[in-house]
Amino acid sequence: MTTNILEMRSITKTFPGVKALQNVTLDVGRGEVHAICGENGAGKSTLMKVLSGVYPFGTYEGDIVFENETMEFRDIRDSEAKGIVIIHQELALSPFLSIAENIFLNNEITGAFGLIDWNKTNIEASKLLARVGLRENPTTKVRELGVGKQQLVEIAKALSKRVKLLILDEPTAALNDEDSDHLLDLILSLKAQNITSIIISHKLNEIKKISDTVTVIRDGKAIETIAKIDVTEDRIIKDMVGRDLEHRYPDHTPHIGDEILRVENWTAYHPQDPTRVMVDNVNINVKRGEIVGIAGLMGAGRTEFAMSLFGRSYGTKISGSVFKNGKEIKTRTVSEAIDNGLAYATEDRKFYGLNLIEDIKRNISMASLKKLERGGFVDDNEEFKVAEGYRKSMNIKAPSVLAKVGKLSGGNQQKVVLSKWIYSDPDVLILDEPTRGIDVGAKYEIYTIINRLAAEGKGVIVISSELPELIGICDRIYALAEGRITGEVPIAEATPETLIKYMTMEKERA
Amino acid sequence: MSNLETKPADDTAAGGRVNPVENRFTTAITHVLSDLGKNGIFIALVLVVVVFEILTNGVLLRPQNVSNLIVQNGYILILAIGMVMVIVAGHIDLSVGSVAAFIGAVSGVFAVNMGLPWWLSIILSLLIGAVVGAWQGFWIAYVGIPAFIVTLAGMLIFRGLALVVLGNANIGSFPELYRSIGNGYLTNLFGDFAVDPLTMGVAIIAIVAFIVQSVRTRRGRQSYGQAVEPLGWFVGKLVLVAIVVGLFAYALATFKGIPVTLIILAVLVLIYGLVMTRSVFGRHIYAIGGNLHAAELSGIKTRNVTFWLFVNMGFLAALAGLVFTARLNLAGPKAGDGFELEAISAAFIGGAAVTGGIGTIGGAIVGGLIIGVLNNGMSIMGIGIEWQQAVKGLVLLLAVAFDVYNKRRSGGR
Ligand SMILES: Nc1ncnc2c1ncn2[C@@H]1O[C@H](COP(=O)(O)OP(=O)(O)OP(=O)(O)O)[C@@H](O)[C@H]1O
Ligand SMILES: [Mg+2]
Repeated sequence: MTTNILEMRSITKTFPGVKALQNVTLDVGRGEVHAICGENGAGKSTLMKVLSGVYPFGTYEGDIVFENETMEFRDIRDSEAKGIVIIHQELALSPFLSIAENIFLNNEITGAFGLIDWNKTNIEASKLLARVGLRENPTTKVRELGVGKQQLVEIAKALSKRVKLLILDEPTAALNDEDSDHLLDLILSLKAQNITSIIISHKLNEIKKISDTVTVIRDGKAIETIAKIDVTEDRIIKDMVGRDLEHRYPDHTPHIGDEILRVENWTAYHPQDPTRVMVDNVNINVKRGEIVGIAGLMGAGRTEFAMSLFGRSYGTKISGSVFKNGKEIKTRTVSEAIDNGLAYATEDRKFYGLNLIEDIKRNISMASLKKLERGGFVDDNEEFKVAEGYRKSMNIKAPSVLAKVGKLSGGNQQKVVLSKWIYSDPDVLILDEPTRGIDVGAKYEIYTIINRLAAEGKGVIVISSELPELIGICDRIYALAEGRITGEVPIAEATPETLIKYMTMEKERA
Repeated sequence: MSNLETKPADDTAAGGRVNPVENRFTTAITHVLSDLGKNGIFIALVLVVVVFEILTNGVLLRPQNVSNLIVQNGYILILAIGMVMVIVAGHIDLSVGSVAAFIGAVSGVFAVNMGLPWWLSIILSLLIGAVVGAWQGFWIAYVGIPAFIVTLAGMLIFRGLALVVLGNANIGSFPELYRSIGNGYLTNLFGDFAVDPLTMGVAIIAIVAFIVQSVRTRRGRQSYGQAVEPLGWFVGKLVLVAIVVGLFAYALATFKGIPVTLIILAVLVLIYGLVMTRSVFGRHIYAIGGNLHAAELSGIKTRNVTFWLFVNMGFLAALAGLVFTARLNLAGPKAGDGFELEAISAAFIGGAAVTGGIGTIGGAIVGGLIIGVLNNGMSIMGIGIEWQQAVKGLVLLLAVAFDVYNKRRSGGR
């Protein structure tokens, strides 16, 4: 690792009103795994977009030197031709095309008359799938794959382009532990084949595990580059937030009151296949001031349960009853659920959570227009004030609340989703993966907010794939497996091991 | 609202913001530029007017022709209002031309064949228009059939029904008051003058109201600490609007006064403009067009909103049909042919997005006016209908291409 495959020199990139990158220098050694860390909105994705030609030459200042040659990429095709492939934070596969079609999209294998040679396409695709360890038929539609497998298809696609430098922007953010581990192993095996990787991640433990070098970015500036032997989580955190963060989870003294929400015998079936039970006779309750966790593997039915409860937004043949403060309530439509004091902040912010072409202000008010209504009209000024309040208190990084949400960094978009539901002032708040894609500092802020909501006497339900997070913030945790509640664990007894035992409990065969 | 102060907002941390001195100047520039971008459509209208004023040797802006421009294109503008709302919600309506023809025919039966009073005929026709809209809205909103299909079917259905109602004949000779909605004028209330005082009076009231409203909005924003445009730019815009409205009114005043169609239009623009920019219903429309799923999960009753949008479109299509029929004094089988395309073009020229979520009433009206000036200007020049079509198609394409280019330049990705 004496030679650098990539040197980015004094990169500066400005958006209207925002200096996203300032004089950033990044050296990546050949064949290493180089991690980039930083808070939400620090400029990580922007730096990678500059590198891969998403932002073409001329829209930024500074030099990109790749394999000792200065590069002036006009678009992604240019950078791909040189062997730089980026896998974006948001996956970009076409759901209705097959795995093989996606892998060779825009890079088709053609035979006579320029027609696509399907046999060869599928054979080549199979070989690539074997390299990334994905056992799927190349003709399977991408839509039928989970996120973890889609991620592998993306990598197979990159390999098909003879990649030399692979850039992964938060590849494991949406993956469960098992899929993450597989992905990280894959990156290491690519390293053995002399493929260099740059990986952006907020999960410090995995960064420590696989990376040879870590560069930390804060507020658009490179703070330092740390070699493997010197990497500690505390040092990264300190560089990221500019101060020591003593605890990962804020102190929380629960003041638990009467039961506020009880769900009985909740059952829901798959919307396309009404014989498949997705949520199976679930019984849970939440008390005032209590933070209740729901743990479960990917596909256990956590999101399905929450969404079917929230105005039947998922599933068919839904049955069961909901009680608030001991009185039965109906949640047949979303507006009925909201009126009854429920809120659900989605895990999939782009698809279910935000209107990306609108500004921050209108996204925050979207679920609570009633509060701003004066005789059928929206009080614009009040709306502005409210949104400004959240921008400050949630520390959303944007020049103003009039900025379009589509232009915010991933973590800041998540804060907009949370603001929207906090503003709706619910009694029970269901948070589905509330810290996905969020940096450590902001996570701490979000935990503090969750604590405050509980202290105000609300009930909070947190769905999360990160067990340490659930154990760190909850008062009680339910485990869900195959749509059923398989365990209820008071926080004093909660350890990752007990939770995993319940989470993997299979239905006893009759 | 709960108090959520977690840590004081640290402005310098906001992605390294530009320093304050530079800031003042750059915000001023940004304002002017973004305004030019937003008002690109107005500039386009001015360009088109100037070009045709020259090509027609000054006929275009003669008082009589200015008045005709409004009266002849009133129906497109009315349809464009409803259409842009439908498009913002992510739908489309291909049936408006046929619905307009159908309602024209029905109103002929009421007002001429059955001899009902003119006002009753109009009310009944508008109601039937709303029912037609409800029919289409039902299939789109509650059954979930794409609007393209439902209104394509509607285009055939209502064209057919128009023929059935007419029974292969034209209906003509409408009562005078009915006709006035298409070609009546409000004038001479204070006696006969070279420059009609009523028209000028109304214009002055409108200008004053506009200025008062603009100043109030600006003050309101400032008091909440929102950024506003530089004062010079603000005043300049007001003066410009006042001059244009004044000249326009002067042209009308020296001809026959205020066309009734213009009054109808002004009322519609005012009401629907408010609905789209300020009302909760309007917000819901933008939310649905921007991201249907997010809107649903925010508790917006998306189906009801869609349903009422189409009821409204049916109502406006009926109104357009009445205005058109009144102007020709004739309900015929070919009425409304191609109206849908002009209305859709108006909305897109006016900046509406094909993917939904973006578009304004003002934009659609200006888009409609551009089409109107093209129609009118080319007719004065004696250009054949075939070339008129081709030119309009080209303008639509260029307008949208310009819009796309503009967004790409300003937005990055
Ligand atoms: N197209 C754009 N227009 C304007 N501002 C932008 C645009 N893209 C990014 N920004 C701003 O640049 C800054 C850096 O954003 P970037 O997406 O690189 O952050 P990030 O480090 O990847 O954060 P995250 O961890 O949340 O993904 C942010 O302040 C963001 O709002
Ligand atoms: Mg990012």
